[in-house]
Amino acid sequence: MANNASLTAGMTHCGACDGKGTKTFRDGVLDNNPIFAQVLGICSALAVTSKLETSLVMGIGYVFVLSFSTLVVSLLRHTIPHRIRIITQVLVVCVFVIILDQLLKAFYWEASRQLGPYVGLIITNTLTLGRTEGFSIQNKPIVSLVDGVGNGLGYALVLIVIGTVRELFGTGKILGHLLLPPAIYTPNQMMVLAPGAFFGLGILIAVLNLTVLKPQGIKK
Amino acid sequence: MNHTPAYLIFFAALFTNNILLSNFLGMCHWLACTRNMLSATGLGMAMTIVTGLTTVLNYVIYYNILIPLRLEYLMFLMFIAVIAAFVQLAEMIVERFNAKLYYSLGIFLPLMVVNCTIMGAALFMVVRHYSFMQTVGWGFGAGGGWMLSAVLMAALRKKAGYSNPPKAFAGAGIVMIIAGFMAMAFMGFAGMVAIE
Repeated sequence: MANNASLTAGMTHCGACDGKGTKTFRDGVLDNNPIFAQVLGICSALAVTSKLETSLVMGIGYVFVLSFSTLVVSLLRHTIPHRIRIITQVLVVCVFVIILDQLLKAFYWEASRQLGPYVGLIITNTLTLGRTEGFSIQNKPIVSLVDGVGNGLGYALVLIVIGTVRELFGTGKILGHLLLPPAIYTPNQMMVLAPGAFFGLGILIAVLNLTVLKPQGIKK
Repeated sequence: MNHTPAYLIFFAALFTNNILLSNFLGMCHWLACTRNMLSATGLGMAMTIVTGLTTVLNYVIYYNILIPLRLEYLMFLMFIAVIAAFVQLAEMIVERFNAKLYYSLGIFLPLMVVNCTIMGAALFMVVRHYSFMQTVGWGFGAGGGWMLSAVLMAALRKKAGYSNPPKAFAGAGIVMIIAGFMAMAFMGFAGMVAIE
């Protein structure tokens, strides 16, 4: 994907993205990862990740909503009056969330039922507003779309990692298939419940701080 | 429809089903605003009032306007509009009566529009089929529960400020671990009362 973005930027004489395509994408997925570096959108990252399946559905749905929202907000950036820009952005996001919700209800009823109110809570995910307000409102549509897809994928990636860890250690299964039989490993219910989510994310942040990222994030 | 009395739902929302520690709603504001006690209590009070009032108002709108017109799919749009209006109102009130708090909260006051707790309380109200009185208990309980955990967290982070965590945990990491212990402590209330 990163190659695609640079390819597009190269072909159009760096016109569409002003040569920022690859960097914007990379920032979203890794360097400025929504959860570890920006510390935004934690709510759903913890709430839907007790199983890998819900994490996957949420991740894909989130990429859809965020990419279209950033694109539309960027297209409207000269039209939106400054004073009411936040609520306008929220309403744009809201429209795409309604579309996603209706699609899930029509085609993936089981997933829609499991996610429950958390689909609607994409509207109030601070990451969505953080990207539209922090990036799309000042940048051209194509590069905003790249930013949206990049951040969405970065977010989905983290959801999948946390979902895998929690499902594996909480139940010994992955996507319902038994990987760790009770003879080898006794499932720890705590990982599926709320405290496990907090510990899991905290330890993941620490591991990434040690290996990939420089310690940044929020200050004490 | 369940028949749990409203006051029990209020206490359950405060302790056993604390909206932050069991449903993870409102984490972003919670991480940012618990750095000092003033903003934690100030935003907590604003949250309690706004969550309580908007949940009740959304109940009235949902069951008296959207359901009869068969417009349930506009639920998200309607809820967020009500919340935005109320947050605007709260912002004006805080600015008028407590300028110090207003500047201490800064951008986080208008950003209450995208606080998951407020929207989440309204959505759970629909999912769990609460009656009107139950909605009153749930709305104020959810906001109060957020305030309770925010105040506790502000106090804990003040203590944590004097300690010296491993470098990798500095910042968000250690806050998450503290939150995990808080969630474990709150699980101790689980036997008291259950709501679904």
